[in-house]
Amino acid sequence: MKNIIRTCSLLALLALFAVSCNGGAGKQESTVPTAPLGKGQSAVQDDESAANALQVAKSLEDFSTLVVAIEAAGVEDALVNAGPLTVFAPINAAFEKLPAGTVESLVKPENKAKLAFILKNHVAPANFPIKQLKKDARKGRKLYMASGNYLEVEHREDAIYVGGVKILKTVQVSNGWIHVIDTILLPTE
Amino acid sequence: MRTMFKSLWALTLMSVFLTSCGNGGSSNKGALSGSVAEKVYVAPGEHDEFYAFVSGGFSGQLAVYGLPSGRLFKVIPVFSVDAEKGYGFNEETKPLLNTSFGQIPWGDSHHPDISQTNGELDGRWVFINENNTPRIARIDLSTFETVETIEIPNTAGNHSSSYVTENTEYVVAGTRFGIPVPQRDLPIDEYKGNFKGVLSFLSVDPEEGHMDMSFQIMMPGFDYDKAHPGRGDSHGWFFFTTYNSEEANSLLEVNASQNDKDFIAAVNWKKAEEYIKAGKFKTLPTNYAHNIYDESTHMATTTWKKEVRMLDPAECPGLVYFLPTPKSPHGCDVDPTGEYIVGSGKLSADVTVHSFSKMIKAIENEQFSGDAYGIPIVDFEAVHAGSVKQSGLGPLHTEFDAEGYAYTTFFISSEVVKWKLGTWEVIDRKPTYYSVGHLMIPGGNSAKPFGKYLMAMNKITKDRYLPTGPEVTHSAQLYDISGEKMELLLDFPTIGEPHYAAGIPADLVKPRSKKIYKLEENNHPYVTKNEQEAKVVRKGKEVHIYMTMIRSHFAPDNIEGVQVGDKVYFHVTNLEQDYDVPHGISMIGANTSELLIMPGQTETFIWEPKHVGVWPFYCTDFCSALHQEMQGYVRVSPKGSKVPISFTLDGDAVDAE
Repeated sequence: MKNIIRTCSLLALLALFAVSCNGGAGKQESTVPTAPLGKGQSAVQDDESAANALQVAKSLEDFSTLVVAIEAAGVEDALVNAGPLTVFAPINAAFEKLPAGTVESLVKPENKAKLAFILKNHVAPANFPIKQLKKDARKGRKLYMASGNYLEVEHREDAIYVGGVKILKTVQVSNGWIHVIDTILLPTE
Repeated sequence: MRTMFKSLWALTLMSVFLTSCGNGGSSNKGALSGSVAEKVYVAPGEHDEFYAFVSGGFSGQLAVYGLPSGRLFKVIPVFSVDAEKGYGFNEETKPLLNTSFGQIPWGDSHHPDISQTNGELDGRWVFINENNTPRIARIDLSTFETVETIEIPNTAGNHSSSYVTENTEYVVAGTRFGIPVPQRDLPIDEYKGNFKGVLSFLSVDPEEGHMDMSFQIMMPGFDYDKAHPGRGDSHGWFFFTTYNSEEANSLLEVNASQNDKDFIAAVNWKKAEEYIKAGKFKTLPTNYAHNIYDESTHMATTTWKKEVRMLDPAECPGLVYFLPTPKSPHGCDVDPTGEYIVGSGKLSADVTVHSFSKMIKAIENEQFSGDAYGIPIVDFEAVHAGSVKQSGLGPLHTEFDAEGYAYTTFFISSEVVKWKLGTWEVIDRKPTYYSVGHLMIPGGNSAKPFGKYLMAMNKITKDRYLPTGPEVTHSAQLYDISGEKMELLLDFPTIGEPHYAAGIPADLVKPRSKKIYKLEENNHPYVTKNEQEAKVVRKGKEVHIYMTMIRSHFAPDNIEGVQVGDKVYFHVTNLEQDYDVPHGISMIGANTSELLIMPGQTETFIWEPKHVGVWPFYCTDFCSALHQEMQGYVRVSPKGSKVPISFTLDGDAVDAE
């Protein structure tokens, strides 16, 4: 019993201590500013470095739908990351091939995760220039995509194909490569 | 008994409570501490208002801090090797440490000074002097790298350096120790009259910043301590404090403190230019190193200089005057207008201030009290403007704000004292913790001080931080000087000894800060601009590896045909053109260097394999998500082996598809 009382008095004292000091801390809160929310890496101002994947996509009209999708999915910061990244970038026409209303539906906030998953199926977290893709085709290697899916690489007569989709053009970017495609690479889930 | 015990215990707890909250309460009193915290708080992601370039003293380096936060951003290696950056270890930077004494791996850096245009900081370069092996270095503020070092001949202990004139026409050096000039074998007790003190004026190229030893002045063998240029009306003059006018060569703490007054040497460098033009100099043979780092070749080279032009003040009337200044003056500081020259006699109870306009009048009227080795000594009363009386103990250095106030540090009484120019009255004094040396106000030694903050640099720290054994960090203290009274804001540890510092508004430097080196502008003789051109070439016992790095591999990454006893050069180019994506390379058993290479840059290290086997190398900078995969192998065969040189990437030639 005595022990209990002692414990209680200790608790009371501690509570008093806590209350008093909270008062002090509360006062301090009003004078010390809180840390602002950080902007992501995509907000870095840099006109000296070579353009990164996001900057290149934004600079080309052919990728305007892709850029809208990137922003709706909230994956801008990943696209400017050190990576390295290889992006299979669908042009606007690729989105137009999807059933009517698909894009409009995907960019809705409630479909953010789904859209991000589809976009991640277009990004390999590695460095794959055409030269490397040719070798990968020759050596029968598959590409591991950020979605977790694997894509087949084929060296057909006219071009390199990834996941059955033809690479139309290639651009080197500061954090990897952009290969231009005209069909969406839908993940197999 | 138990109750009593309990009560005692409660009292103990209460006292703990009182102590805790009492402390919190007192430091919060009057919302003072809250506002102090706010004044140094730079929110995450926000930038500091000022850069502070803080000398590392005996570390030989220069540290870059932000003010008011006191955050450390970079340690720029200058006079000492630095493993972190490969400085002095890689082949490109080794020449920057060349001197006539050999390659000196460490130095004692002292006084950084920022380049000026029209008396105002222009933020292009920082100059800093090395005291031990007399040198001056130039740091480029677009790359924050040391780009030039020059040795100062005929000098020992380059202390009164490296201050710049108002348009960076010159950066100066001066000997602290009297020595025979030229050096020769003399009995030490023949010091008097035979030992000399040489002052140096190095011109600075207005575009490139390159220094050139323009001329030296053969002064008497006093100890030249600190210096500052004239500005405004006094532009064209340079002022140097001297002590040991006794010319003692032993137990200076006693023997160099005999004279009531030593001197400030006033040097008319525009007059010196006239004498040089008129050919009134002697050309003395000498030997010193001038080392320049070329940003285009990413490489430093040494030029050996063999001559120096020497002026003798006894033969050049009007070149130098001595201004008597009490008690072994140390600091020699000129106010923003250029009228007042402050000499802090480190053993004096007062701070002595001379007037430039009075000096000119006294010279015109020949008000001299004598001469020293043919150099006129101006009458003290004729040049003295006033003294800050009984201002503290052990005055050392003075800087200025833009409002007509001066701030002087006092070593012995551990304080900073604010006083008014012209009236010499003390306005405020604040303690430092402890034994302050230099102080710095951004722009405080220029025609345009920025005020706001004063940074005091302390020599002794003792109990100010968590103890770390007998050796504890040095410290800097930041004061708000925007009000009439100074207010201590912050106390932060520094690199080495914060001997002196130079501060500048960040906006004058930030826009010029480089992000990457352009690959197309890389003219390194061993550059490899794309992976397909990577190669390995044997030249007798030498093997040259032209290697590239990009996220996340080396090319080539498998190399064979190297033999024990070879000298293997790794010439490694970082192909990245993206801000803040350096790569590193480390080779097992390499004992010259581990490299850290910025985007677009080429660096070289030498590896001399000692053992047969297959030895890995890898990237040492966490460059990317696949950084751990960034590695390679070199096969080392026995001496005389028939294994040919070969190099591959992914099992193929580097240019294979």
